[in-house]
Amino acid sequence: MAGADGDDSLYPIAVLIDELRNEDVQNDTETQLYSLKMYSIIHIFYNTIYDEDEVLLALAEQLGNFTMLVGGPEYVHCLLPPLESLATVEETVVRDKAVESLRKISQEHSPVDLEVHFEPLVKRLASGDWFTSRTSACGLFSVCYPRVSSTVKAEIRQHFRTLCSDDTPMVRRAAASKLGEFAKVLEPEYVKSDIISLFTALASDEQDSVRLLAVEACVSIATLLPQEDLETLVMPTLRQAAEDKSWRVRYMVADKFSELQKAVGSEITKNDLVPAFQNLLKDCEAEVRAAAANKVKEFCENLPEDNREQIIMTHILPCVKELVSDTNQHVKSALASVIMGLSTILGKDNTIEHLLPLFLAQLKDECPEVRLNIISNLDCVNEVIGIRQLSQSLLPAIVELAEDAKWRVRLAIIEYMPLLAGQLGVEFFDEKLNTLCMAWLIDHVYAIREAATCNLMKLVEKFGAEWAQNTIVPKVLGMANDPNYLHRMTTLFCINALSEACGQEITTKQMLPVVLKMSNDQVANVRFNVAKSLQKIGPVLDSNALQTEVKPVLEKLATDSDMDVKYFAQEAITLQS
Amino acid sequence: KMLKSGEKHFSLTLILFKDIWRYIRFIITNKCIGERLNSLNATDKRFRNHNLLQADIISTVEFNHTGELLATGDKGGRVVIFQREPESKTEPFSQGEYNVYSTFQSHEPEFDYLKSLEIEEKINKIRWLPQQNAAHFLLSTNDKTIKLWKVSERDKRPEGYNLKDEEGRIKDISTVTSLQVPVLKPMDLMVEVTPRRVFANAHTYHINSISVNSDYETYMSADDLRINLWNLDITDRSFNIVDIKPANMEDLTEVITAAEFHPHHCNLFVYSSSKGTLRLCDMREAALCDKHSKLFEEPEDPSARSFFSEIISSVSDVKFSHSGRYLLTRDYLTAKVWDLNMESKPLETYQVHDYLRSKLCSLYENDCIFDKFECAWNGADSVIMTGAYNNFFRMFDRNTKRDVTLEASRESSKPRAVLKPRRVCAAGGKRRKDDISVDSLDFTKKILHTAWHPTENIIAIAATNNLYIFQDKLNSEMH
Repeated sequence: MAGADGDDSLYPIAVLIDELRNEDVQNDTETQLYSLKMYSIIHIFYNTIYDEDEVLLALAEQLGNFTMLVGGPEYVHCLLPPLESLATVEETVVRDKAVESLRKISQEHSPVDLEVHFEPLVKRLASGDWFTSRTSACGLFSVCYPRVSSTVKAEIRQHFRTLCSDDTPMVRRAAASKLGEFAKVLEPEYVKSDIISLFTALASDEQDSVRLLAVEACVSIATLLPQEDLETLVMPTLRQAAEDKSWRVRYMVADKFSELQKAVGSEITKNDLVPAFQNLLKDCEAEVRAAAANKVKEFCENLPEDNREQIIMTHILPCVKELVSDTNQHVKSALASVIMGLSTILGKDNTIEHLLPLFLAQLKDECPEVRLNIISNLDCVNEVIGIRQLSQSLLPAIVELAEDAKWRVRLAIIEYMPLLAGQLGVEFFDEKLNTLCMAWLIDHVYAIREAATCNLMKLVEKFGAEWAQNTIVPKVLGMANDPNYLHRMTTLFCINALSEACGQEITTKQMLPVVLKMSNDQVANVRFNVAKSLQKIGPVLDSNALQTEVKPVLEKLATDSDMDVKYFAQEAITLQS
Repeated sequence: KMLKSGEKHFSLTLILFKDIWRYIRFIITNKCIGERLNSLNATDKRFRNHNLLQADIISTVEFNHTGELLATGDKGGRVVIFQREPESKTEPFSQGEYNVYSTFQSHEPEFDYLKSLEIEEKINKIRWLPQQNAAHFLLSTNDKTIKLWKVSERDKRPEGYNLKDEEGRIKDISTVTSLQVPVLKPMDLMVEVTPRRVFANAHTYHINSISVNSDYETYMSADDLRINLWNLDITDRSFNIVDIKPANMEDLTEVITAAEFHPHHCNLFVYSSSKGTLRLCDMREAALCDKHSKLFEEPEDPSARSFFSEIISSVSDVKFSHSGRYLLTRDYLTAKVWDLNMESKPLETYQVHDYLRSKLCSLYENDCIFDKFECAWNGADSVIMTGAYNNFFRMFDRNTKRDVTLEASRESSKPRAVLKPRRVCAAGGKRRKDDISVDSLDFTKKILHTAWHPTENIIAIAATNNLYIFQDKLNSEMH
């Protein structure tokens, strides 16, 4: 090989190497990221900590996939030093990614390598000077614990204990968040002897942010212990958390309530969690009530079947009734999103007697979100009692939302229209809701007009072409003569949306003539939308109509004085030929 | 020697660097503050440029948690970080001296196009984060935007590139015949400052305070009407924890003037108002802390009521003591120490410059009455310090009840000379030699910003564009 050729082949690698060590801040991160795959060939892992965060993040991630590139599992330990230094940087995302990669490659270590290389690294991190390394260590105990000798296991447990009482809250938070995971890999006797005391300590930490993480650990720990130990080992702490002074801790309990309920089993649920849940539903902080309200349905579903109904009726429902008239709208809307689910659990009679008044009250709520949440869940009630029971109140609620001053609210109700139409049936729809759907077509907000067009398409899909021909199509086509050009354009948009659902016959016979006629519109925007429409409905039309009617009009539009009209006409012609 | 570490990296900003030297620094040794303050001596080290630029006016001073670093911010949006020199055998007096460590432009002037408002670059507050690794982090804020900065040292650089030579010139490709891997080689220490996060668009009004929580995870920022809580890692959302904005702005009767987290209890914070009250809030009770758990308020003396009562009772600064037991507040004429367990009245009230009480009318006319003086605790919570006019600052020993007025001025403090206490003679009072009459006080020379080293008797005083650092003499000799 000639010298010159040799240089050429060296060049790309030379660029690559230099790029990897480029200290220019503006260098091409993309190239750097791409090059990272090559990193293993070049042995410059060390001292990478001066790089940009994005580079470090990518490096931390890629190193986790490098086992084969460094020569397979027997050499995998050589990836540890760079990952160790990445696990100590101050940027949380990089650290977390490094820990993730370390967890991944720990599985590729042989048991011997794990003790010789990996476990010392964990110890170094756990006793590091800065909290960054100690937080990283918390995530690594559980992956090496199951595969090391019993002496090393004892050391690991000791390290974890130390970190649980670390001076800095960051480390205690990291330890608290890994407590459940660590408990799972521990032998049952150590769960009782070690984990419980750590759990109790973390759950009464002075920092709110630590205590709330202990709630999460509670779920995992409860599943590991035999039922008879739960009462003495876990419940005191859980009870304390549910009544914690800090609303954030109580919020966490409310948020994890279903998991806790499953973890502690039905007996404790009946005796302890039901009153606790009642308290959370009546909490003084709205955030907590909202979180608990969100769990009402799940909580009721998971109650033991034998006396589920009785518990709901005597303990839960009174609280729910109060929440319906809560002062905070987030609480009410959280409740509204799940309350309909109770009807399937309680059955027809209870629903009519107890739940229906609540639904009706919420349908009249001053906050639109509450009404929307009720309307969006109508299907659950429909199955149990039929929607007719509600329709009297439903209609005013829908009409009011449909005319709400906020366009986002109108948009939300439009999106539920196809669902409502399905539940209420074609007759009710024609009678009460059809006019609303047509009124949205001339809304002054484009997003509403657009959604209304889409809504029509879904309705036609539901009720069929014949229904469309009788009810919608005449009204839509009538708008083609509207003095407002925006409404004329709406006709075109509707035709675009409806042609496929209506089929060839209606499109050719009724819609096409209107579109063709509009090609003479005075407003250029209408004319180029005619060109666009013709392109769109083309596939639905038969070739005869295309040749004899569409083509001449498009050709005429292609010579229009307006540039945009010409452009779209030309585009339609090219696409159709 | 002065430029040292920062020089190389900031070669682009050398002009700025020279400006910084308008800050004159003194190291003054102060013999036990409560005792013999008249034996202070001062050292003048720097040449001073008399041209006073608006942008050079120091707007905040803050020590970090070890006291090893001191940061100042100015009206020009710059932050200057000073580092304490390690002990030196050859120059015994240089121990404790602070030299420039790094300087950077934190904020730039901006324009809010939606509201047609100019946003000044002036740094309102700087707060250091607890150190978490070899790097240091600080938060700096102007009226609207808070930024998190990383200050780190770098002493290695890569050498041995394939395509460029040692001077950075691109090599001729034909001369590249073999590949080499660049390696990191030691180099002169360089201080790098990099922006890490920008917390923007959360404040409608001007930010007056930022405070880092003891959970090391969150901090708060307070403006005139609202306080927001942020996670240090998350820039795109913050939680509103206090909102005192009335539905109708015409009903507005008070504004938030300062806010601070408790040093140990992550759930407690305090905020002060223009009506002279302090509210202690517990974040455990509710997500929105509109209802305070404690209200500290001194009943007004009806006989002393005047047109200016409300203005001079406005709290300009509030600081928790290091122990977390007491609160120190500053209003226009006094500094007060409150016990967290006593809401009805302050534990101690110190007159900062009571002789101004008769001059409030003219101070109102020249707007001085609205000056916001800050206050500081010493490391042991036994002495408090706050600023006054005429480049004077006041210290009060809480145990001995002694107090002293000192002056931060180049003229009166010779190198390593002992600072002389000053005395202002109230109008009509008996005048002693060296006393200054109230009428000759210079109200343009005000000391608003002061800071006390967290453990030692070292104080930093910002007097317009000058930064003075004074040190307890005994302290330095002991080392």
